Amino acid sequence: MYEQIKGLKELPVEEPLSPGHRLCPGCGASIVVRQVLLAAPKDTIVAEATGCLEVSTALYPYSAWNRPWIHSAFENAAAVASGIESGFKALARRGDAKEHPIIVFGGDGGTYDIGLQALSGAIERGHRFLYVCYDNEAYMNTGIQRSGGTPLGAWTTTTQVGSARAGKREAKKDLMSIVVAHNVPYAATASISHWRDLMTKVRKALSKEGPTFLHVMAPCTRGWRFDSEKTIRMSRLAVETRFFPLYEVDDGVYKITFPVTSPKPVEEYLKLQGRYSHLFQPQNAAELETIKKGVDDNYRRLERLSQFTSQLNVPKTP
Amino acid sequence: MSWKQLEEGAVVKGGTSASYIVSGWRVKRPVINEAKCTNCLICWIYCPEPAIVRHEGGKVTIDYDHCKGCGICETECPPKAITMVSEP
Amino acid sequence: MSLQSLRVAALQGDEAVAEAVRQSDVDVVAAYPITPQTIIVEKLAEYVANGKLRGEFIPVESEHSAMSACVGASVTGARVFTATSSQGLAYMHEMLYNVSGMRLPIVMAVANRALSAPLVLNADHSDMMGSRDCGWIQLYAENVEEIYDRTIQLFKLSEDPRVMLPAALNFEGFILSHDKERVRLLEDEPIRRFLQRPRPKHHLDPDEPLTFGAIATPDTYYEFRMQQTEAMKAALRVFDEVEMEFESFSGRRYGAVDAYNTDKADVVMVINGSAAGTMRAAARELNTAGENVGVLAVKLYRPFPLEQVVSHLAQAKAVITMDRSISPGAPSGPVSEDVKSAMQLAGLSMPVLSVVYGIGGRDLAIEDGKNIFGLAKEGSSFGSSTLMYGVKV
Repeated sequence: MYEQIKGLKELPVEEPLSPGHRLCPGCGASIVVRQVLLAAPKDTIVAEATGCLEVSTALYPYSAWNRPWIHSAFENAAAVASGIESGFKALARRGDAKEHPIIVFGGDGGTYDIGLQALSGAIERGHRFLYVCYDNEAYMNTGIQRSGGTPLGAWTTTTQVGSARAGKREAKKDLMSIVVAHNVPYAATASISHWRDLMTKVRKALSKEGPTFLHVMAPCTRGWRFDSEKTIRMSRLAVETRFFPLYEVDDGVYKITFPVTSPKPVEEYLKLQGRYSHLFQPQNAAELETIKKGVDDNYRRLERLSQFTSQLNVPKTP
Repeated sequence: MSWKQLEEGAVVKGGTSASYIVSGWRVKRPVINEAKCTNCLICWIYCPEPAIVRHEGGKVTIDYDHCKGCGICETECPPKAITMVSEP
Repeated sequence: MSLQSLRVAALQGDEAVAEAVRQSDVDVVAAYPITPQTIIVEKLAEYVANGKLRGEFIPVESEHSAMSACVGASVTGARVFTATSSQGLAYMHEMLYNVSGMRLPIVMAVANRALSAPLVLNADHSDMMGSRDCGWIQLYAENVEEIYDRTIQLFKLSEDPRVMLPAALNFEGFILSHDKERVRLLEDEPIRRFLQRPRPKHHLDPDEPLTFGAIATPDTYYEFRMQQTEAMKAALRVFDEVEMEFESFSGRRYGAVDAYNTDKADVVMVINGSAAGTMRAAARELNTAGENVGVLAVKLYRPFPLEQVVSHLAQAKAVITMDRSISPGAPSGPVSEDVKSAMQLAGLSMPVLSVVYGIGGRDLAIEDGKNIFGLAKEGSSFGSSTLMYGVKV
């Protein structure tokens, strides 16, 4: 069981993240971190993968983290977290330490691609931690190169737009399905625009005895090409156009936590981002249709999964 | 700084980034109209830094040492109590 | 009759490691199986299953994750151990630097096995030599009892506040990992008193939030590496202290080097690993037959015991260096390069015969030792580049 989020005023005043870090103005990633850690207990331990967040918040001799924090390498955040969890378990057994909640932050780079093995291994072994993938949909830290999380048609520096090719040709990897296939107690998508939904999911995840996963959209003003004041608006539109549905999988039962009954047109979300500007040229009209159909199909898939799995009699993990 | 003075293993004390001033990053700065502000804290939950400081009774002020002028607070403020003005 | 009730046991090298780890009160073991280290992992899993090791065993999904999990566990303040070989060591190569840079006292057993391609399961030192600059303390054991002793010693050495560097114990795969040898086991209590609990300066603690693994800049990176090199130097001194204290309750001491007849010999052979024993036997036979040769076994490889090595070579007329790995394109193998550098620093200029042997598990017998000493005596092999001894021509 977990404590409900009543309102913003109930959240702690002491900031888990100190300002003065080097993230871009309007960065979505730090908003993810702030919201997640404000909803989590004060004794949370954080493990992190290499990426925008890591280099910008832990640049010797400055650190923005008001929580015990460790970064090791790019692909191993989940493996490091496994070690932390086991270390505290062993020490607690002796009475030398207490166990603490563990939250892992990894970008789409460090999670979808190079970090997928470590994540899969860690959740298969059942370590207790919450893995938060802050998804800015490309390897932003090294200069906006495509990742497995880059959506179909998006411009990146390694999926350039030209006469021969126009943006990424592959669809966004379905990371949630990969994680859910490991039979985790809880996995969910979240958006910083919908802070209450996000924080509820954080608390729900932390209350589970096992590995849990949160996939959070982290709009990137630099890489997606939009002005910095639109970050929250971007994440809200992603939800309201059904491009990024907010759902959870609780012990295998799917539920859309923020149903979007009258979705805004996907174009409204795409046309605000420079990385999709080529899609609005006549020769790319078919691609745009494919993207819209994909969004539609995905939402319908989630609706059907919600219907189907809610009828299953799955025993709940505590 | 001599190698003898650095912390072994590059371990850093948490929260020290607060001493690093980033005010020079911004082109515009947010100004709160206190009369319009309803203390809803929406600007605070959406600030990436955070450069919005909470006070007693839900009042908020801007931490101008650490505000980068992104403008999210102006965009998201429900009663439109924040305005981005050019840096002097 | 359980192992723990015996005073003397016939143990494989891998089994000896596992027993030493159990007695060293390790908190977390994260390891991935690879021939010929698998017995270590299996034995430790068995100890955890029957409560003999009251720690956590993480069956990680790769060696890179093994070392990564060790990092995570180590920063909680726990005592951590892992083991690997060959491909596994190469896979975690990135992490080896990560660990030493973060100054974590992780101990690792390496059952040396040649690197592929081509794939081979048998021993040579190419795996550890390929990672010799990673900033880990590196020891080479010669027999199973030494493997047992060194595993325990390395926890003490790595955790010393003047050191705080990870340590790797090397021993040849199959030759030492699998062969059973006589081991005089030590009792649990003296080991526990010798090691005590780890006392790291920094660890993950919500009451004092620290940041581990920050990014540096060219302004500071060099200085952090300087700290590491200084710690490596300190390790040389602390090594002696650790050995002395270990001797006080075990009665056993090996030294950073082991010298046989080096004070009188015309030709001294420098060698690391299990073949040192074979070469010593060859040297004894030759000396009985009127020759005058010596063998210097290098046990502590990093930090390299430079002064001790040159002191044992100073009066020789010629030196043979033995490398169980190849450094393609280099003037000679790793051990040879280190010895020749040491000699140059000490102003020693006697001829050096650089020999490569035992590659991919190729055996080295007493006869081979005699042959090699014979070649050094005959003299024509000097001056040429590395002698690839034992290759089929």
